[in-house]
Amino acid sequence: MATQSIERAVNTEVQLMMTCLCDAFYAGVAEATVRVLEAAGCRVHVPEDQTCCGQPAFNGGDFESSRKIAQHTAKVFSGDLPIIVPSGSCAAMHLHGNGLQFENAPDEGQMGVRSLAKRTWEVCDFLVHGLGKTTWPGRLDRRVAIHDSCHTRGSGTGAAMRTLLGSIAGVELLEIGQAEQCCGFGGTFSVTFPHISTGMGTLKLDEVHAKRPDMLVSGDMSCLMHLNGLAENQERALPHCHAVEVLAEALG
Amino acid sequence: MPNPIEQYARDLSEETREAVRKSGALTTGQRVEILQKDYEDPDALRRLAGEIKQHTIDHLDSYLEQAEASLTKAGAKVHFASDADSARQCVLGILQQSDVQRVVKSKSMATEEIHLNPFLEKQGIETVETDLGEFIIQIDEDTPSHIVRPIIHKKREEVAESFEKHGLGDYNTDPETITRRARVHLREKYMQSGAGITGGNFVSAESGRIVLVTNEGNARFSMAPNKVHIAVIGIEKIVPRDRDLAVFLNLLARSATAQQLTVYTQFIKGPRMPSQPSGPEEMHVVFLDNGRSQILGESCREILRCIRCGACQNVCPVYRHASGHAYRAVYGGPIGAVLSPLLGGKASFPEYADLPKASSLCGACREVCPVDIPIPDMLLKLRHKGKKQGVSTPGSFPMAPFATLATSPTAWRTAMTAARAMNYLPMKLAPIKPLRDWLGDRTLPKWRGGDFRRWLKTRKGNNADA
Ligand code: SF4
Repeated sequence: MATQSIERAVNTEVQLMMTCLCDAFYAGVAEATVRVLEAAGCRVHVPEDQTCCGQPAFNGGDFESSRKIAQHTAKVFSGDLPIIVPSGSCAAMHLHGNGLQFENAPDEGQMGVRSLAKRTWEVCDFLVHGLGKTTWPGRLDRRVAIHDSCHTRGSGTGAAMRTLLGSIAGVELLEIGQAEQCCGFGGTFSVTFPHISTGMGTLKLDEVHAKRPDMLVSGDMSCLMHLNGLAENQERALPHCHAVEVLAEALG
Repeated sequence: MPNPIEQYARDLSEETREAVRKSGALTTGQRVEILQKDYEDPDALRRLAGEIKQHTIDHLDSYLEQAEASLTKAGAKVHFASDADSARQCVLGILQQSDVQRVVKSKSMATEEIHLNPFLEKQGIETVETDLGEFIIQIDEDTPSHIVRPIIHKKREEVAESFEKHGLGDYNTDPETITRRARVHLREKYMQSGAGITGGNFVSAESGRIVLVTNEGNARFSMAPNKVHIAVIGIEKIVPRDRDLAVFLNLLARSATAQQLTVYTQFIKGPRMPSQPSGPEEMHVVFLDNGRSQILGESCREILRCIRCGACQNVCPVYRHASGHAYRAVYGGPIGAVLSPLLGGKASFPEYADLPKASSLCGACREVCPVDIPIPDMLLKLRHKGKKQGVSTPGSFPMAPFATLATSPTAWRTAMTAARAMNYLPMKLAPIKPLRDWLGDRTLPKWRGGDFRRWLKTRKGNNADA
C-alpha cells in the first residue's frame, strides 16, 4: 500500500499505538518504542482503551466490521497529537486503508477516522522525517539484514530505518536480494494459503541467510513472527527483532 | 476444502514452479534495471501513463466515437461487439463474406477471451496461430498461462515432443531449431490463408492508427499476403492522440520484456493504399465490449487502464508459486484476480470471487504497473463485494466477533491476559484444519498478553502514562 509522504502532525508529545500484535506477543517491542521515543525527547501517552487498527477484518473484505474498529480507534486516539506505531502495516491502515473503506462515506459517518491519517507515523519514519533525527548513539558490532515489510512500500520507513540503524557505530547493514518480494504472511492469507505462504517465506529465508547476517530486522513484527516461525521449523532460526529494539539496545 | 489456487499450487510440479518463478524473477529484475537506466523518475512516467489512460476511460464514449470516425475515414470498417458471441459472429460474417477458408492469427488476448479459435475451427475455418508460443499452445490444445509469455509453464522437452508428434521434425530441444521449424511451417500457412486476424495494443482516437507490437514480426506476415485484416480490440485500448503512444510504447516493452522497444512496432492506418505494393484490401476493426462498459460503471474501473504487459504477473509471488493456470481464466495473476470476477458480470462473479483472496496484498503489482493501477485496492473492494453478496469462499473467516472484541476495551484487556492459556495448549490440535496446516509449518511466539500494559504501570520514573 503506497503511503506517499503527506503532511502530518509533528510534536514531542505523542500517543503510542502499541498494535494488537505487541499487546499479545511482543511486549518488548512496545517497551522499546517507549524508551526510544523518550530518548528522542518525547513524552509518550498510551491510551488504555486501544485495541487493534481493524486490518484483519478489512483485509477479509468485512468493511462493516473494520469500520467499527476504526471508529473505536479514532475515539481512543482523539485530539491532535501524533500517533506513533511500531508497525508499518498498522500505520498504512490509518494512512491508506481507512480512506478506502470510508470512500464515499460522509464526514460525519467517519467519526474522526479521517484525522488518523493526518497524525499517524510509523516510528522510524517519525524519528527521521518527523523529528529530524539523522543519527543514533551507541555501539553494536553486528551485521544486520533488513526486511522491508510490504506495507511500507512508498513510505519513508525504509530510508528512515536505514538512516538510524546505519548510524549506530559498528552496525553493518545488509540488503537482501529480491527485496520487493513479500515474506508470505499477509494475515489470514497465510492461513488460507499455507502452501503458497510457506513457499514465499522459504524463499525469503534463503535470501536472508545468503547474506549471513547476525540478525534480521524489520519494522513489522508480523513478518518476523511468520518468518521466525518458519525458520524454527526448518531449523535455521536466527536472531530477529524490530528496528526499535536495536535502537533501544544501542541506548544501553 | 482449500482455496482452488492453493490446491493448484500444491499439485503443481516443482519443475514448472521453478520455471515460472525464474522467468518472473529475471524479467522483474531486468525491468527495474532498464527503467532506471533510461529514466530519471520512472514512477512519474507510470503515473502520467495512468492519468492518460484514466482520462481516456473516463471519457470513453466520446473517444470511441472519435476513434470510429477516424478509422472510417482511414478506410477501415468498424464493428461493435457487445459480448463474446457477437464478436465471434461478427468475425465469422466478415470471413464468410470474403469466402475465407483459412486464417492466420497473431497473438491477441482479446481473441483468447472470446475463444475465437475453437469457434472458427468448428465452422470449418482453419485457424493458425503464428506467434511461436501461441502456435505451441495451439498444437498442444493448451491455453496460455501468461499474457506475454503464453508457454512460460512449458519445458523445452515438452515442446520438442509435441513438434515430433505433429510432424514438425525429429525430437530436438534446441530452441533455434524449434523456431526455424515453426517458421518454415508457418510461412506456408501465411501464403495459403485468406485473412489475417490480429489484436491491437493501442488505437489512437485522433488518427485511427492502430498499433501492434511483436517480437517475431508475425503480425506483419499475417497481414501482408492477405486480402482481409481483422483486428479484434477491447474498447479500453484507445488512447486520445498519436503523441500519447510515445508514453505507452516506451513503458510497454520495458515493463513486459525489459526491452526499450519491441522488435516490431507497426502503425496501421486503414487498408493498403493504391501506392502500396501489398497489404490487405479490407481492414475491419471489431471493438469488443464483453463486460467492459459494465466495469466502467463500477468502483474498479481503473482496471481498464491495463495495457496487458504482464509485469504484475512476473512480480507476483502468488503467481510465481501457483502459475497462471491456477486462476482458471484467460487472465492469471493480479490482473486476472481483478478482471475475471468482473468481466463476466453479475452472473459469473461468485464463480471467481475466490480469486481476489489469493493475495497477501503485498502491493508489488502496483509498484510495477506501467499505468499505476491500484491493484491491491481493487482486490480489497472485490473481497468486500463478495462479503456483501454473501458469497462464501474458502478462507472466509467470520470477523464480526473480532470486531465486537476490538470495540470493547475491557473485554479486550481480559482476553489479552486470559489467552495466556494458549501457551499451555498443544497447537497441533488447533480446531480448524487451515490453522492446523499453518501451524504444521510454523511455531508461534510465546503469548505475552498484557505484559506491556503491566510494565507501563509498574515502571519507575514513568514518564509515559495511560
Ligand atoms: S495490470 Fe498493470 S502490470 Fe498488470 S498487465 Fe495490466 S498494465 Fe501490466
